[in-house]
Amino acid sequence: MKVGVIRFPGSNCDRDVYHALKLVGARPEYIWWNQEDLSHLDAVIIPGGFSYGDYLRAGAIAAITPVMGAVKSMVEDEKPILGICNGAQILAEVGLVPGVFTVNQYPKFNCKWTKLKVKTRRTPFTSLYKEDEVIRMPIAHAEGRYYTDNLQKLWDNDQVVLQFHSENPNGSLDGITGVCDESGLVCAVMPHPERASETILGSADGIKFFKGIIEYISRC
Amino acid sequence: MRFNIEVKIRLKKGMLNPEAATIQRALALLGYEVEDTNTIDIITFKMEEDNIRKVKEEVEDMCRRLLCNPVIHDYEIKIKPED
Repeated sequence: MKVGVIRFPGSNCDRDVYHALKLVGARPEYIWWNQEDLSHLDAVIIPGGFSYGDYLRAGAIAAITPVMGAVKSMVEDEKPILGICNGAQILAEVGLVPGVFTVNQYPKFNCKWTKLKVKTRRTPFTSLYKEDEVIRMPIAHAEGRYYTDNLQKLWDNDQVVLQFHSENPNGSLDGITGVCDESGLVCAVMPHPERASETILGSADGIKFFKGIIEYISRC
Repeated sequence: MRFNIEVKIRLKKGMLNPEAATIQRALALLGYEVEDTNTIDIITFKMEEDNIRKVKEEVEDMCRRLLCNPVIHDYEIKIKPED
């Protein structure tokens, strides 16, 4: 089960994601920004960090790299794609998920543990949670405020994946901090499941994101 | 021909601008009571092209593909032939 972990200049959660994938028995493989063919992979994760220094807008420059063309081909092949933090910003910039993750309402880099509600189980990454289950995972971002010009469509299509529970630390619309495409296979989340993948880290609530990938691939 | 290009990128009307709001609060700390504070990004560059129409087409393309995010931004392009 080969799962790609994409590295851009400035990615910095790549090794954490690699480690979490190892924990669940996947065969992770680092993928560089200029790779044009990812057809040998079963799934791909775009980790967090500050690709290209967050210049222009977070994720804007990574969005036009060759590897993102290859990711679009994987989407056509119906393979699961997960973007975490900067990876989520990149997926939004590419247009693979609706809306944008933009500057936090209060001008602050927000780095803290948060409680989150799992709003849909139809993505491979959230299939092992219960609907409306409250989980603990950390956030770490300055540009995580979710905005879309078509909020109703998102709810109607069951595209809200994660919602902040009992607070809204960055001013996101409806506290939304994870969304997916219409198929549910492309998922973008601001919180870090890899930083909550073992109890020694403070929570193991995030490990099901990775277990879910394995389960989905073995079902296909 | 050589052209000077300026692209102005601003948030769409009604979009929250946390940077501008913070600047306005900071100005108030200094005793300046101002309203409607805004921040605008300006990107300038030069390019070689046959005519101004082609430049406009290309810069529009740049805005759509990279410089702006159409969900939150409006843009304005100024093109001047270099003297």
